[in-house]
Amino acid sequence: MSILRLPRFVYDEIRAHGEETYPQECCGALLGHPAPDGWRIVASVRADNTRTDSAHNRYQIAPVELVHIQRTARRQGAEIAGFYHSHPDHPPQWSPTDFAEAHWLGSSYVITEVAQGKAGRTNSFLLAGTTEEDKHFEDQAIMMDDESIGAPSA
Amino acid sequence: MNILIPTPLRPYAGGQQTLQVEAATVGEALSALTGAHPELRTHLFTPEGRLRAFVNLYLNEDDIRYLPDKENTHVTAADSLSIIPSIAGGLAV
Repeated sequence: MSILRLPRFVYDEIRAHGEETYPQECCGALLGHPAPDGWRIVASVRADNTRTDSAHNRYQIAPVELVHIQRTARRQGAEIAGFYHSHPDHPPQWSPTDFAEAHWLGSSYVITEVAQGKAGRTNSFLLAGTTEEDKHFEDQAIMMDDESIGAPSA
Repeated sequence: MNILIPTPLRPYAGGQQTLQVEAATVGEALSALTGAHPELRTHLFTPEGRLRAFVNLYLNEDDIRYLPDKENTHVTAADSLSIIPSIAGGLAV
């Protein structure tokens, strides 16, 4: 199983973001560096959820904001390693919509459950595969400050 | 001009973050890119040759879908073309 390594402050930031936007979904990007067994994250970048018509159960990051995030990453000598969003009052498991709209092969997709405004479990899934036709999510372990906090569980 | 390659497509672009091509239009730039790196073609275009719906192309700050001349838009050596796959999802089916 691959590993997503996060500093504690990034882990705390993405969970706090989910609490702040509750009952709507939050979203953002993770910047980092490739590691032999996954990604080593160095920073998170908050993004606006442009799905204002259905922000409680959908999220979308404007492409132009992704362009800016990509430039920011390169200025910092990092890469877009993945993305995060929240599931208000639902388990932190990827949904059919999450899968259908996932196109960053090799990237981590991190989901935090936010129950009644409080961040619960945070899971990570690697979008594996080489094409749109064979892509699939694989459970990914999260290590915070190099200490394991577990792998996705239902 | 520079073409910025997103992380997922880098393995098909010689591992590079940025590629330089000589082109007069966005379309020529894409042709030069896929000519030099043919594996990129299936990731960017459908079998019918249309840009995949989830692939966004930004000429500097502008989505080429909304430029009057779209892929025929003229470019200069100082321009940057960003390839950005979309990001979306959520609970709703």
